[in-house]
Amino acid sequence: MAVYEQKQALEAPSSTKGAIHWIKENLFSSPLNTIMTLMGFGFLYIIIPPLLQWAYFDANFVGTTREQCTGDGACWVFIKMKMDMFLYGFYPETELWRLKAIVIMFVALVIGLRFIKSGKVKFGIVFSYFIISLILTAGGIFGLESVPTDKWGGLMLTIVVASVGIVFSFPIGIIVAFGRQSNLPIIRSVCVTYVEMIRGVPLITILFMSSVILPLFFPEGISFDKLLRALIGITLFQAAYVAENIRGGLQAIPKGQYEAADAIGLSYWQKMLLVILPQALKVAIPNLAGAFISLFQDTTLVLIIGLFDLLAMVRITAADSHWLGMETEGYVFVTVIFWAFCYGMSRYSNKLEKQFDTNLK
Amino acid sequence: MKDNNVIEIKNLNKWYGDFHVLKDINLEVKKGEIIVVCGPSGSGKSTLIRCINYLEQFQEGSIVVDGIEVTDDIKKIKALREDVAMVFQHFNLFPHLSILDNLTLSPIWVKNMPKKDAIATAMKFLDRVGIAEQADKYPNQLSGGQQQRVAIARSLCKNPNIMLFDEPTSALDPEMVSEVLDVMVELAKEGRTMICVTHEMGFAKKVADRVIFMDAGQIVEENTPKKFFDNPESDRLKLFLDQILSH
Ligand SMILES: Nc1ncnc2c1ncn2[C@@H]1O[C@H](COP(=O)(O)OP(=O)(O)OP(=O)(O)O)[C@@H](O)[C@H]1O
Ligand SMILES: [Mg+2]
Repeated sequence: MAVYEQKQALEAPSSTKGAIHWIKENLFSSPLNTIMTLMGFGFLYIIIPPLLQWAYFDANFVGTTREQCTGDGACWVFIKMKMDMFLYGFYPETELWRLKAIVIMFVALVIGLRFIKSGKVKFGIVFSYFIISLILTAGGIFGLESVPTDKWGGLMLTIVVASVGIVFSFPIGIIVAFGRQSNLPIIRSVCVTYVEMIRGVPLITILFMSSVILPLFFPEGISFDKLLRALIGITLFQAAYVAENIRGGLQAIPKGQYEAADAIGLSYWQKMLLVILPQALKVAIPNLAGAFISLFQDTTLVLIIGLFDLLAMVRITAADSHWLGMETEGYVFVTVIFWAFCYGMSRYSNKLEKQFDTNLK
Repeated sequence: MKDNNVIEIKNLNKWYGDFHVLKDINLEVKKGEIIVVCGPSGSGKSTLIRCINYLEQFQEGSIVVDGIEVTDDIKKIKALREDVAMVFQHFNLFPHLSILDNLTLSPIWVKNMPKKDAIATAMKFLDRVGIAEQADKYPNQLSGGQQQRVAIARSLCKNPNIMLFDEPTSALDPEMVSEVLDVMVELAKEGRTMICVTHEMGFAKKVADRVIFMDAGQIVEENTPKKFFDNPESDRLKLFLDQILSH
């Protein structure tokens, strides 16, 4: 038998730390890795300088007409002059304050919500915000001039379509996902059929159907709004994907969670909403975020049924006889906006994921 | 129902498909009685006690708990589950809720207790099982023994008359078994009716009023702990005791 003395912990050798070590490990760890790294840098070297030259060094920022764009680079004057079109479509200029008010309220909302603890109050505030925004955008009551939906367009239309799609598809998707787990065969098969039918069809088809076929079910003379029809189509489409993502989350929940919830006396809905759903959502967040990001991008398809979203505005503004051939600037601008929104959504989902993480050690 | 019986199980039969898992079970439990159920794996112990709070349905026979007939009637199930608590082998705490929220969930939503009172009750029971200082942590931050004590506190929060334990210590590391058993011994002294599926024979000898041996879906032998361990009658029980006590 022997007794050993306790050993001191020593500092790790310096060759395993620091920037040089990181570069060696990650960029030049093998011949293949080294070739890929060099090719990557080479690619960036070819792409970046000319892009910067065009978009910044040779670009034109000042002025109000095309003639003032004398440099070889991009003519950002075009974007500046058409900004209202890109952002608000054909929304009447005198009413634009309403949309601006919604944006300002949104900023206030984001900041304000941090200081509110109660979930119910938060929900109430967000809900009222949606209602107020809807009233402000559409008008027609409280002395606000009515703005018909064919005047809506640009980024504002993109946001309307995406947010309505997200907000309404979410609860529908949850209910459909629960339905697929139901003990009642009828409910289960209705939900399965719904999801499988929708998922077998591209969004474009659903948009066509909702704009052409949906009206056939309504009596002659009742024509309901084109945008509303698109929103219904997109919501139903998205709900099927939300349902599938949430179902994936539900499958990750062990049976013991259901049993424990039953055993402490919770009702079916209490069990699902308080115990099962929060855990399923946590698992589903990355996939749900992916689905919502694709929805945001897919909103561009509304063009084919005659709605003019942000992307469609490029063609419309560049068709202006004063600004012919400005598509490149337009598309670059729109790309940046789309990227910013999608990146924001992706960051937000990362943040949510961390917030939900209670597996802390 | 006889006067001081809290549970009466009559001619209970249950099948999983073609598999006859519970065979003609008859069992009466008096108020305040502590019953220990043991038997080989797959003998139907879990299934039996899960029938009592209707986590499992059964095809034949009847169970009456505190005057409540166990059926698929939602109102009766609700009343039943307010009266009967269950502690599981794998704790089944809700990992997305803090310890405190795990405990207050049922009082707030099922009993409509004001939040303040629910928290006070929860803290009282956490203190009772010796982990009041962990109230704000999450289940995964606790050891197995602590989690099981939280689970016991959670089941106590609705002040049940009857407590069911399904092998509460068999998922625990050896050094944590006694901290959970200590809590259970304390509970046993309080006069609550308890049915414990466990192979902790020390616990059975110390607190049980009756020990039940199940095999192949049947109650094979039922006796006071002393006779059960000292003079087992059936050969199957003798063999079983040999196996679990031999090391
Ligand atoms: N959902 C189910 N479907 C089919 N058979 C099942 C189901 N649940 C349990 N069984 C079977 O029923 C029998 C009794 O199971 P039960 O869980 O009650 O046994 P147990 O005595 O608790 O055993 P253990 O000590 O392993 O927990 C076992 O043979 C098991 O395989
Ligand atoms: Mg068992």
